[in-house]
Amino acid sequence: MGEVIVITSGKGGVGKTTTTANIGAGLSMEGKSTVLVDADIGLRNLDVVMGLENRIVYDLVDVVEGVCRLRQALIKDKRYPNLYLLPAAQTKDKNAVTPKQMQELTSELVKEFDYVIVDCPAGIEQGFKNAIAGASKALVVTTPEVSAVRDADRIIGLLEANGLKNPQLIINRLRVDMVKRGDMMNIDDMIDILAIELIGVVPDDEHIIVSTNRGEPAVSNNESMAGQAYRNIVKRILGEDIPFMNLESDQGFITKLAKMFGFVKKK
Amino acid sequence: MDLFKMFSKNDNSKDIAKERLKLVLIHDRANVSPQFLEMIKGEILSVISDYMEIDEEGLEIKLTRTKRDVDGASVPALVANIPIRKMKDERKF
Ligand SMILES: Nc1ncnc2c1ncn2[C@@H]1O[C@H](COP(=O)(O)OP(=O)(O)OP(=O)(O)O)[C@@H](O)[C@H]1O
Ligand SMILES: [Mg+2]
Repeated sequence: MGEVIVITSGKGGVGKTTTTANIGAGLSMEGKSTVLVDADIGLRNLDVVMGLENRIVYDLVDVVEGVCRLRQALIKDKRYPNLYLLPAAQTKDKNAVTPKQMQELTSELVKEFDYVIVDCPAGIEQGFKNAIAGASKALVVTTPEVSAVRDADRIIGLLEANGLKNPQLIINRLRVDMVKRGDMMNIDDMIDILAIELIGVVPDDEHIIVSTNRGEPAVSNNESMAGQAYRNIVKRILGEDIPFMNLESDQGFITKLAKMFGFVKKK
Repeated sequence: MDLFKMFSKNDNSKDIAKERLKLVLIHDRANVSPQFLEMIKGEILSVISDYMEIDEEGLEIKLTRTKRDVDGASVPALVANIPIRKMKDERKF
């Protein structure tokens, strides 16, 4: 029996799909059989981020409506061992599926895979309810901005109200230069406000855009700082204790982070 | 130039962001109006003031989140900071 993890955020465009793709590919690189479920029905994107858009025959709604069997709709990624994608329907809307159907679907998948990673749509409506229906664990993605953090807080409340206790936080698109000059909330600020456990910090990195252009997740790019961050997140999901840099003195943490990412030269 | 420097130093935008967020989240979390918190405040005050003298100016009531002891789950919490001036006559109890 595997685990169903939903990737949420509330606010749109903060990096849910990017996170899903990278965590999925990263889990596969660690030898885990993984299926990615695109729950963003009507705004399908995970397929292009993964570079699998040309291989779609059936989609999630086809499975739910009994047009095809579950196995037939799964696209195997040829680059990563044991990585599959269940694409969203593009021409239907979110109400084509119910939370109960999603729960049944993920409970089928979790019998056969180590990890089922669900890419949640933005918002708190039906699409959100569908995406979280079968999940036993939630990751909340936010950027260090007022509106994204506010929406993350709302999502954390809704997750907990729906029995998804202890969601974990991914801070995406952190810019060390802006944090250093006091123009971006730092990691401690955000943990202080949201009061949940941190599972990873992904820097703002142009490799993400380049790798999305190519349809190749950055997690397998050794040059990419974001790729390294995703590899760390994957290890933490697997229960490895990848130490966070000193969070007590923020100054020290940011400086270390900057050094790790090569932003400042050692004096 | 000096003036400009001084101005930009005080203008640490992430601190402003954090303060604004904290305020807005109090009400988001409660899903209630500031008036509702005022109402709670008034009632708590009237109960407690039977027993002790309160510094009403210093009274602070807010909604926040805290880790629950038993399992570490994050739960909403009503935090009241009620400065006591002095206890009222003990013979009353
Ligand atoms: N760490 C990063 N560095 C640079 N760009 C990033 C990073 N993370 C995400 N992006 C970019 O931000 C954009 C939005 O990302 P993504 O599509 O993953 O967000 P989303 O939360 O899934 O959006 P939606 O709510 O629309 O589903 C994309 O163009 C992506 O390439
Ligand atoms: Mg998306």
